[in-house]
Amino acid sequence: MKKQKILFLLFTAIICFISCKKIIPTAAPVEEILEGPIDGLTIEESNRFLHGDEAFGEFFTKETGLGPLFVENSCVSCHTGAGKGHPSSIVTRFGQIDELGNTYLDYGGPQLQNRSILGFSPEVIPSGASSTKLLAPIVVGLGYLDFVTDAYILAMADPDDANGDGVTGIPNWNTIPSFVEVRKGAITSNGKYICRFGKKASVYDIKQQIVSALNEDLGVNSVYDPIDLLSKQEVDPEISTQKIVDMNFYLRTLKAPTPRNQDDPEVIKGKNLFNQIQCTSCHKPKLETGYSPISVLSNKEFYPYTDLLLHDMGSGLDDGYTEGSAKTYEWRTPPLWGLGLATSSQGGSYFLLHDGRAHSIEEAIYWHGGEAASRRQMYLALPTDDKNALLKFLQSL
Amino acid sequence: MNYKLNLLLIIIIVSSINKVTAQIDSTLLNRIPKDTLKQAMNMDATYNRPFLSIGKTPLAIGGYTEANWQHATSDGVSEGHQFQARRLTLFVASTINKRLKFLSEIEFEDGGKKIAIEFASMDVEFNPLLNFRGGIIMNPIGSFNQNHDGPKWEFTDRPISATQMLPATWSNSGFGLFGKKFKKDWMFGYEFYLSGGFDNSIIDNTENKTFLPEAKKNPERFEEINSGLPMVTGKIAVRNKLAGEIGLSYMGGVYNKFNDDGNIIDIKRRLDVFAIDYNVTIPKVKTTVIAEWAWILIDVPTTYLQNFGSNQHGGFVDIIQPVLSRKMFGWNKATLNLACRLEYVDWNYANFIETNTNIGDHLWSVMPAISFRPTAQTVFRFNYRYQQQTDLLGNPAALTGVFQVGFSTYF
Ligand code: HEC
Ligand code: HEC
Repeated sequence: MKKQKILFLLFTAIICFISCKKIIPTAAPVEEILEGPIDGLTIEESNRFLHGDEAFGEFFTKETGLGPLFVENSCVSCHTGAGKGHPSSIVTRFGQIDELGNTYLDYGGPQLQNRSILGFSPEVIPSGASSTKLLAPIVVGLGYLDFVTDAYILAMADPDDANGDGVTGIPNWNTIPSFVEVRKGAITSNGKYICRFGKKASVYDIKQQIVSALNEDLGVNSVYDPIDLLSKQEVDPEISTQKIVDMNFYLRTLKAPTPRNQDDPEVIKGKNLFNQIQCTSCHKPKLETGYSPISVLSNKEFYPYTDLLLHDMGSGLDDGYTEGSAKTYEWRTPPLWGLGLATSSQGGSYFLLHDGRAHSIEEAIYWHGGEAASRRQMYLALPTDDKNALLKFLQSL
Repeated sequence: MNYKLNLLLIIIIVSSINKVTAQIDSTLLNRIPKDTLKQAMNMDATYNRPFLSIGKTPLAIGGYTEANWQHATSDGVSEGHQFQARRLTLFVASTINKRLKFLSEIEFEDGGKKIAIEFASMDVEFNPLLNFRGGIIMNPIGSFNQNHDGPKWEFTDRPISATQMLPATWSNSGFGLFGKKFKKDWMFGYEFYLSGGFDNSIIDNTENKTFLPEAKKNPERFEEINSGLPMVTGKIAVRNKLAGEIGLSYMGGVYNKFNDDGNIIDIKRRLDVFAIDYNVTIPKVKTTVIAEWAWILIDVPTTYLQNFGSNQHGGFVDIIQPVLSRKMFGWNKATLNLACRLEYVDWNYANFIETNTNIGDHLWSVMPAISFRPTAQTVFRFNYRYQQQTDLLGNPAALTGVFQVGFSTYF
């Protein structure tokens, strides 16, 4: 009897062990994960990527420089998994209605810091200031966007609608801070540069975005931006310059999303429809980079579905706030890559458009007005099957 | 799924084998029964340990150590093989007088990286119902904090709710009273202490969550209280020989610094922790059940990050079934147990203001185990953990599988 029991136990122990292999959780397929480096980085580059990843994932505390005024405590709080953000970490900006600049800089503008460390009071929007809400965008594939030349962007612009397709497209000409490195072959106009990052395309490069995110989002001052938000005085840097360099490298070398189900006939059909109804006037499928010292980014074709230009999106999307030379109703075409993976960083739901107001891809299309209104009409006129194919295509990106 | 199959098998075995005697009881060890109690309660755990007395001196020393191998995989990514010397704890006790005792406990964790005095207090008895305790005391919240010695447990890992939500081995300078009374099959015990407590770090840390264990990093707490106000800890427990022991405990106070050099710098913010614990060994089948659940309420400023929750809860249930208890490999009273731990922790029990959807940041885990005790003081354990952890936003959960083989022993 006792022997039997021992044997029985041994038997189960063995079964447990054999099934072990299957109870080790495996990774999701690569194409379903946004994070990860571009294929083909050198060993040195992989190391730099990892350092940047670490800096991007760092949670700040009062001790390490958070605040006193801030919005969140780390980059990943808003850019979870390098994907689109969630309304709980939304950013509010206020105080600028035209290209003449922000008139509320003395009242806490341009960004509202709606949180503070213990013992401090957060900001409130000054009365009379119009504001917009911005949801964190996807931050993968940014290296490709960074190394597109100014000439390439300008070639896509069509300020007077010379080609008569009803869509213009203009760059955001803006002044730039002294710490950014001006691109080779940069095109200027009246001392202003072509900017490309941010929802209003008012930011010149990734470094500028990192530095302002550190100060405006986290309340962390750096050598590049040493003015504390509350005291308006210069303070000691709270983050090393090395970490900013590392983050810059990390964001440049995060891979572009891998499209899924590209052989599915419905996806192919949807892709053709996307061309046919000219969503591609703004959401340009293919762009090219110029020279880059990071060889995997140099002279490459890539598929972001954006033209990095500003477009009149109509009154529905006009929040009465702007940056740089953009009008309040103008927004930069957002890349559509990674759209199908949005829900896996947004807690299972869709929050699309600049402020997350659209809860489905279709709803995002409904909001297209201004010079995109004709494309929305074309979409609405499609038979249901075609609509579904188009949506399926967008989900495959 | 496969782990379910395994669990099922384990349950089948457990139910098919009974009437085997074992030597597990909640207090486990009575090598030197210092205490007059025949069957002790959680509150007696500090003295209910094997001690070695040194000659004719009033000193007795003891301790335990634990080490293990581990292989963990999270969503396909693994740290590889890990050999861990988790902790070495030394106790020194001294009976200064029959009714005046001193006990200290020093813990070295992670190969000496962390050293902590977990306990160093003097107990003076006036009456069994009235004892004084002062020094560095262990706050009796839940049962694990009081009764945490490695060799008493069938699992390599301490419960997540006890270490990542409640601060396990949480001690402070303070003093208070405790007492016990027993009558036939019943025992009653109480403890009440005033001590140092938590600080601002519990809502300002790199864990990105309200995290009570963060306060353990503050060595100043043995000198001064962050808020300047004492923390209160109290526990009552009742034990019945058949029905087991149930404990109700509370710990709370103001955690933040609101007054600095006479300047008011914030309002007073409270922290309140409630816990219930239960343990029993069912007489005939010898099945032991150990369970604990705790609730934490914290006043987090509304202008602060939602990531830092103001409401947490979590706990664990251990079920331990001796399946063989007899002479094995030359050990006269060896025991083989099957066990399973179920745990759950929600670090942020609330909804997002913006979307009115649940804030995630929760975890559950199932951990089947086989343990072998050549003697009551030593345990070899084989564990597998399957864990699902959801982030703040409720994105697809991270799945983790962990294998552990290790031992823990008093010495
Ligand atoms: C509070 C939320 C929040 C935090 C924290 C945050 N971001 Fe962002 N991020 C945003 C929003 C919103 C935008 C869009 C900003 C705009 O339109 O100007 C953005 C844009 C960006 C972009 C430009 C993406 C593009 O396609 O134009 C980069 C790069 C970026 N963030 C990096 C960072 C880094 C690095 C950090 C940490 C230092 C960080 N962010 C912290 C919300 C956040
Ligand atoms: C005139 C330029 C233009 C055209 C044409 C256009 N879009 Fe857009 N699209 C935009 C801009 C600009 C936004 C961002 C608006 C905002 O954030 O408020 C946008 C946003 C989107 C989004 C949401 C993306 C996100 O990440 O939130 C989707 C989906 C989308 N467009 C699909 C389409 C489809 C499908 C078509 C064709 C029917 C189309 N767009 C045509 C400019 C355009």
